[in-house]
Amino acid sequence: MMLQYILRRLLAAIPVLFGILLVTFALARLIPGDPCRAMLGEKATQATCDRFIREKGLDKPIPEQFAIYMQDIARGDFGNSMRFNQPVTRLLIERLPTTVELSFSALLVSMVVGIPLGILSAIRHNSWVDVVTMVWANTGVSMPVFWLGLMLAYVFSLLLRDTVLWLPPSGRVSAGMDTTAFYIAWKLTLPETGILRGIAEFIGRLNILNALLTTNWDLLRDSIRHLILPALALGTIPMALIARMTRSAMLEVLGQDYIRTARAKGVRYNKVILKHAFRNALLPISTVLGLSLGTLLGGAVLTETIFGLSGVGRILYEAITARDYAIVQGFTVVIAVFFVVLNLIVDIAYTYIDPRIRLN
Amino acid sequence: MTNQTTSTVATLDAEAISLESVSLWRITWRRLFRRKSSVVGLGIIVALLLIAIAAPWIAPYDPLQVLIGIEDVKIRQAPCIHMLGCPQDQPQHIMGIDGNVRDQFSRLIFGTRVSLFVGFSTVTFAIVIGTILGALGGYFGGWIDNVIMRVMDVLLAFPSLLLAIAIVTVLGPGLINALLAIGIVSIPAYARVVRGSVLSVREMEYVSASRALGGGTFHILFVRILPNILTPLIVQGTLGIATAILDAAALSFLGLGAQPPTPEWGSMLGSERNQIFTAPHLVFFPGFAIMLTVLAFNLLGDGLRDALDPRLK
Repeated sequence: MMLQYILRRLLAAIPVLFGILLVTFALARLIPGDPCRAMLGEKATQATCDRFIREKGLDKPIPEQFAIYMQDIARGDFGNSMRFNQPVTRLLIERLPTTVELSFSALLVSMVVGIPLGILSAIRHNSWVDVVTMVWANTGVSMPVFWLGLMLAYVFSLLLRDTVLWLPPSGRVSAGMDTTAFYIAWKLTLPETGILRGIAEFIGRLNILNALLTTNWDLLRDSIRHLILPALALGTIPMALIARMTRSAMLEVLGQDYIRTARAKGVRYNKVILKHAFRNALLPISTVLGLSLGTLLGGAVLTETIFGLSGVGRILYEAITARDYAIVQGFTVVIAVFFVVLNLIVDIAYTYIDPRIRLN
Repeated sequence: MTNQTTSTVATLDAEAISLESVSLWRITWRRLFRRKSSVVGLGIIVALLLIAIAAPWIAPYDPLQVLIGIEDVKIRQAPCIHMLGCPQDQPQHIMGIDGNVRDQFSRLIFGTRVSLFVGFSTVTFAIVIGTILGALGGYFGGWIDNVIMRVMDVLLAFPSLLLAIAIVTVLGPGLINALLAIGIVSIPAYARVVRGSVLSVREMEYVSASRALGGGTFHILFVRILPNILTPLIVQGTLGIATAILDAAALSFLGLGAQPPTPEWGSMLGSERNQIFTAPHLVFFPGFAIMLTVLAFNLLGDGLRDALDPRLK
């Protein structure tokens, strides 16, 4: 039953994935301007440009270009970036970890703070805790990420600079920090290229995970300190959304008869809140969580810009303005697929939370 | 006698119905005003509208005027407020001077116009297109519905800001193109809301009655069905204005939306973001204005949702 449901959902995702490929391909081709002059400079001669266009296959008919593009993607080849003169897959391995680390910590912050605040607000309905939380949550969802990021940097990096609360305003680690990857520290012999190497390098660039693997506590402390401000800036909107949704879902559930029954039976208050009420409030909360993922990935562009992080958002923005087709296509596809997969996970999680969905 | 009784009952019924139909809107208003937060939201929006209309009279300076040689002010000078102890012989600039030696307060006041225009125009665009697509899909079903909704799914598969950035790059940077991009990425939300509502309404008796009376498709869809599904659309639209203003500010912040010297909050903030440690007032005020405007529409949207949601009656 469960397998059938997952399979059905996977099949339904195929047309969407095809659509994503088509839209990214079309968008990249529609970007106005001449990719040759954008790459080689305004002074490139016509002959140089003709050769460039032929080499990159940009003179072929559009449907043929699309077919080639689909074939390449099926083989995991996203082409070469014209700007960096490197395979896009290489750039993905270099840049994706920054964004993954940032998004996950922002999501973690938003859940760890948002859910308890929402629950507290619901059980202390109309108290000052509730009022303060809701005023804060409403303000939180209305804050521009880039403004919040700059203000946090101002407060924690400038106003509090000589205190223990000082936090760095940019970068992922301090200069001179030892970031030796785990596979080097463990003296593993990896092939020079290939998928195993790619995965190892990817993990090695997730600083926090790498610090844990290599028990490099200085790196761990330093990475976390660098991550706090961006994660707070990026996590605030989802945090506020989660707090609001948790509160309203809990309020709805707490008014139900079975809660009163459980209390009347003599079940302890905390148990009723967590086991009876919260479990049933989880469905709308996970919906908001799924919806927040898009906000997170979009917000990552802005957060990375402010905190000087060279992640996916940053490179994608630069590539769009530089008309680097390969990067635009490759990164957008990866982000969109990531987004579809995460939403699929949320949908599957629904069926665990509420089995009625699977049966229907 | 019987006839008379029937007619009395009919009159009473009519009265009851008319009373109820009047009080429905009254109840909505009353509910809206009972919530302090929605009153605050509505109040801020009214104030912003007034500021936008009266901008030339409120702003002490021309928002585009460079004050070099006109006044003795320095580039990115901190706010000077006479009441708070700033020397009387210095010209008053309550929000300071920006990087091009212009009065920031005046630019902020004129920025209200841009932000409200952005909010209302993108949402109108998205509602019109989204409603047409959603209504067609919901009413006809079948392959039309399938094609429309799959396209919407693809649009929703992209994080909206990234898609908007990509569309602006295709169209070229500028305020109008940014509006179009934000409008396009918000279409799916409205299409889905309208489709869902049309699906639930299209089998209702009054729709069948209209069809039996020979009403055309267009008539049934836009005259019979649409007015009855306005509630979720109003709520979604109000909340959508908030999102649109935030996204437009983000695009302008990245240099893809409003171009200098247009006094737009996002671009004002973006052009001075590197001065955060030396001239924080140039970042603080535009950002605060964005937050306040977005907050107002969020509060009103939430209030409207609660006031119009029949489940809460």
